[in-house]
Amino acid sequence: MDALLLSLRLALCVSAILLAGGLPLAYWLAYSNWRGKFLLEAVVALPLVLPPTVLGFYVLVAMGPRGPLGKLWQSFFGHGLAFTFEGLVLASVLYSLPFAVQPLIASFESVDRKLLDASAVLGAGRLKTFWRVILPLSIPGVLTALVLSFAHTMGEFGVVLMVGGNLAGVTRTVSIDIYDHVQSLEYAEANRMALVLLAISFAVLSVVYAINRQVGRQIGRRLWTPWAAK
Amino acid sequence: MDTVGGQVNAAALTASVKLARIRALSSPFLLDISIEVPPGITILFGPSGAGKSTVLDCIAGLARPDAGRIAAGEEVMFDSQAGVNCPPQARRIAYVFQTLALFPHMSAEENVAYGLDGLPHQQRAARVEEILKAFRVEKLRARKPLEISGGERQRIALARSLVTQPRVLLLDEPLTGLDAELKAAIVDDLRAWNVARRIPILYVTHTREEVDALGERVIAMDRGRVVSEGAPMDVLEAPRRKRLAQAAGFENLLGGTVLDLREADGVMRVQLSEGNCEIEVPLGYAAAGERVRVAIRAGDILLATSQPENLSARNVIEGRIVSLERRGALVRARVDCGTEFIVHLTPGAARTLELANGSRVWLVLKTHSCHLVEE
Repeated sequence: MDALLLSLRLALCVSAILLAGGLPLAYWLAYSNWRGKFLLEAVVALPLVLPPTVLGFYVLVAMGPRGPLGKLWQSFFGHGLAFTFEGLVLASVLYSLPFAVQPLIASFESVDRKLLDASAVLGAGRLKTFWRVILPLSIPGVLTALVLSFAHTMGEFGVVLMVGGNLAGVTRTVSIDIYDHVQSLEYAEANRMALVLLAISFAVLSVVYAINRQVGRQIGRRLWTPWAAK
Repeated sequence: MDTVGGQVNAAALTASVKLARIRALSSPFLLDISIEVPPGITILFGPSGAGKSTVLDCIAGLARPDAGRIAAGEEVMFDSQAGVNCPPQARRIAYVFQTLALFPHMSAEENVAYGLDGLPHQQRAARVEEILKAFRVEKLRARKPLEISGGERQRIALARSLVTQPRVLLLDEPLTGLDAELKAAIVDDLRAWNVARRIPILYVTHTREEVDALGERVIAMDRGRVVSEGAPMDVLEAPRRKRLAQAAGFENLLGGTVLDLREADGVMRVQLSEGNCEIEVPLGYAAAGERVRVAIRAGDILLATSQPENLSARNVIEGRIVSLERRGALVRARVDCGTEFIVHLTPGAARTLELANGSRVWLVLKTHSCHLVEE
């Protein structure tokens, strides 16, 4: 059960960080007119196409004792970043970034621009327009972003293996644990873990769809999901 | 704004705007207008694509002109020379869009209160209450926009804009899609609201009926320019350009040459370029030999099946019916008199006269139904 708790803790941390950072990033990507925007869009989408081992490899090198991130971390906290929980969080944030940011961008962009104009002529600045108009109308997108980054972090394997290794209670997440059990031919153990994951995933998605149905009825908008995108 | 005897006298809106838009697929659009909107309702009229909404966007601050100056009284909101450009949220210019843009996740009351965030709670509630009553929507306060009917949504959008006590109100065809009665009722409430405030209201429309219903002052625009302004009668009854004439409901636009002027009779004779017709039109600024255009409404033409006699109307033209076409409550007849005229008549009249394709008819045009249009 250690592995499950660790995975849940990791997924919660990562989703929270991605929500906090993803909102301003997605806002900028949705509304900026900067000509070089496509470059940043490509960077954000990179983890979608990059093999997890490639991403994990570079993150590991950067976090290593001689890597820039590792050195910086060392000087602040007195220990390295690789093979720690913090290192795992950082790598997972990078790996799940597109799963949080893309639904946010999509839902921000689908907010009727006239509503933003209306807000401005009624005297609202950008911040008020964001909190009172854009964000409430993007609740389905926010929900999707949270769920996708949570689920994606729960299930990741390659990046964790590269960056975190396999330290019980520190970096041994559920998927690694399942893999370990299968390797040692403990199928009953593996099955128990896998079933728990399956149940959690199903429960979370059911809740999301139920909320989405409710919200959609109220504001005439629906959840953005990659499998239901226009 | 200055206060006189307890009444707030808002100053006129003045706007001169130059804006070039290069469109990928069509010819570039150039906007170059200078208008003054005094307190009260002024209509900005013109065919679609004339640039009316762009003018409103520039005034509200949602679009940035290449050059120009926009001010409400002394207060300058945009001045390209002085480098002034207030953001829309600082202009205190209310703007009701054609789509209304009510916030779908807020109740009617929350929508209306949206622009009043700075006020203390009690004052805000009082202002919201007052405006909801003024526009007769106090019963709908708890409903979301999706649960409210057409005309009432328009009322809430107006209330939301006006509750902020703006110094100018811009309306972009906000009453499109409502029937005439509903429209008139809303406009009456708007007028009543503006009696005490006297702010300039710029009302954009492309339909003639709305001009007739609202008309105090009209500014007619076409292709990015002001083509005429004044009272509705002056602007619309004597259209000066072909496109505007069509927008104003002149179905017949005929080219011709002035034959002679008869000042004593107040008329001049025009030889139509097609066919062999001569018609009399009111005296205008034209000289003999000059090319002119004559605009005539299809509904202003009388149609007879025998040659009429003893008429005050001076223009009687013989022709044949080319086609008859039922269009809702009227019949549209195309009549070939050498040049083609379009005549509207009622289905009853068409039946009584036993009109059919090829019927021989006479068209009767009153001199004053023939409007001279400048090229």
